[in-house]
Amino acid sequence: MSWTVDQPIVSLKNVHKSFGDLEVLKGVSLDVMKGEVICIIGPSGSGKSTLIRCINALNDIQKGSITVEGQEVQKPDLDKLELRKKVGMVFQQYNLFPHKTAIENVMMAPLLVLKQDTEEVEKRARLLIKKVRLEGKEDSYPGELSGGQQQRVAIARSLAMNPDVMLFDEVTAALDPETVKEVLVTIKELAADGMTCILVTHEMGFAREVADHIYFTDRGIIVEHGSPKTFFDEAKDPRTKEFLSQIL
Amino acid sequence: MKAVIPGVTTKATTDLPVLHSHKTLYGAPSGLEFSHWLANISPWTLFLMLAAVALWPITVLAQDGGVTTLDAFKALWRWLPFLIGNGFVMTIVISFLTMLIGTVLGVFLGLGQISPNSFIARFSWFITQVFRNSPWLVLLFIVMLSFPFEIQIGDTIIPVPDWMKAVIGLALPIMANISEIVRGAINSVPTAQWEASESLAFSRHQTLFKVILPQCFKRMIPPWMNWYAILTMATPIVSILGVEEVLNLTRQAIEAEDNHPELLVPFYGFVLAIFFLYSYPIARFTVRLEKRFALKQ
Repeated sequence: MSWTVDQPIVSLKNVHKSFGDLEVLKGVSLDVMKGEVICIIGPSGSGKSTLIRCINALNDIQKGSITVEGQEVQKPDLDKLELRKKVGMVFQQYNLFPHKTAIENVMMAPLLVLKQDTEEVEKRARLLIKKVRLEGKEDSYPGELSGGQQQRVAIARSLAMNPDVMLFDEVTAALDPETVKEVLVTIKELAADGMTCILVTHEMGFAREVADHIYFTDRGIIVEHGSPKTFFDEAKDPRTKEFLSQIL
Repeated sequence: MKAVIPGVTTKATTDLPVLHSHKTLYGAPSGLEFSHWLANISPWTLFLMLAAVALWPITVLAQDGGVTTLDAFKALWRWLPFLIGNGFVMTIVISFLTMLIGTVLGVFLGLGQISPNSFIARFSWFITQVFRNSPWLVLLFIVMLSFPFEIQIGDTIIPVPDWMKAVIGLALPIMANISEIVRGAINSVPTAQWEASESLAFSRHQTLFKVILPQCFKRMIPPWMNWYAILTMATPIVSILGVEEVLNLTRQAIEAEDNHPELLVPFYGFVLAIFFLYSYPIARFTVRLEKRFALKQ
């Protein structure tokens, strides 16, 4: 089955996921079109992170289906490496490789996985580091960078694989308030460039400004979704209203 | 009466008891107990040992008219080149080869323990536990008695001398302990590093060799050296099996000098001293490396 741009690039249908007896996702469905920015928000423990970790097969699911560019993600014979070349991921705790410099972190995957030419990769890595506004930090080790800087290196590292979809798992949750902004600006620029982004976030202002579509999850289901305007101003479900009243 | 707090000049405003912060008397075990113990010995211990050795024979002098303290040390002096050149060199050769074989096998076994293939993982775990928890002497006897004294491959006959068998026997427990060091070091790297590598489409092999092992390699060095020191101290055990290392040759030297009891303390004291001289710097270096790597991590 070949995928075309008018079909959802990421599609979840009735996804169920349990950890042992604990059912974390109880039938989640959502579609993401190419170039869209999706924000998933909700109280902690509502399964947001689990949800996006299923999209690049870091977690498996028990029922339902997830497709990326028309390809079933959770098929046992799927080449996970092929999937992960298409889907980049940025984590809450950055997870940079501490024994490599910033630019080496960015260069590693294209060199090892895509077996691209070293010179080419380095040229592109420098451009990416410039793009996340970290010129001059190429040769710093992660331990020498601030949280916000590390997170931007992590974004550049994912972008180096030229993914079609980027997943952001609460990427600003571990940062100081003053460095949150620099990371959000980077993501905003990415979105403006047309990158498909799926974010789990607690930054409501950011979600309102950048997202094309907002999903609100609670206790493993999607309670409500809509455009930022309808979601924030005309929320219908009492759970959504309660959550928003606590946060805004 | 209001309590006086030592070092505080401001008058106390309360006579309530002051709760001091809790001080532990001991730290968590570091896994390098042997090196810590050895490195904590004062270097002067060696001189104390030598002084004790030098003074000791005076008491037995009266019982045997033949040999004086001076004679005993003269005898030791005559045997010294032989005891070091043949005996202690053999000890070092045995310890080096044992460590080499034990490390190579132990690394494979340790990687086997974290294999995603559950059969390999269980098998490696089992082998590790068996050899880690068996008495060394029993392993030595089994290897000594079960190995052929020569191996025939086609027309060529390769002799297997006793000391080679001793190396194999000692390498088994070393292998098992290195296996645990490797497994422990790999598990000490946060799982988030595995996830980050996975999400960048690294294969398991690439993740292990390019991301995980480079991060924990340094952490393995101090415990590895700790085991080398333990092994070196344990090598005299092979003298029981007739391998001609330093302890065995010392006994032979005493016999060649007519078994005078005055010789015992100078000769065995020398063996003790040479082991101390060899292992002590290793232990000091191990503890220093441990501290340095601990700060960096």
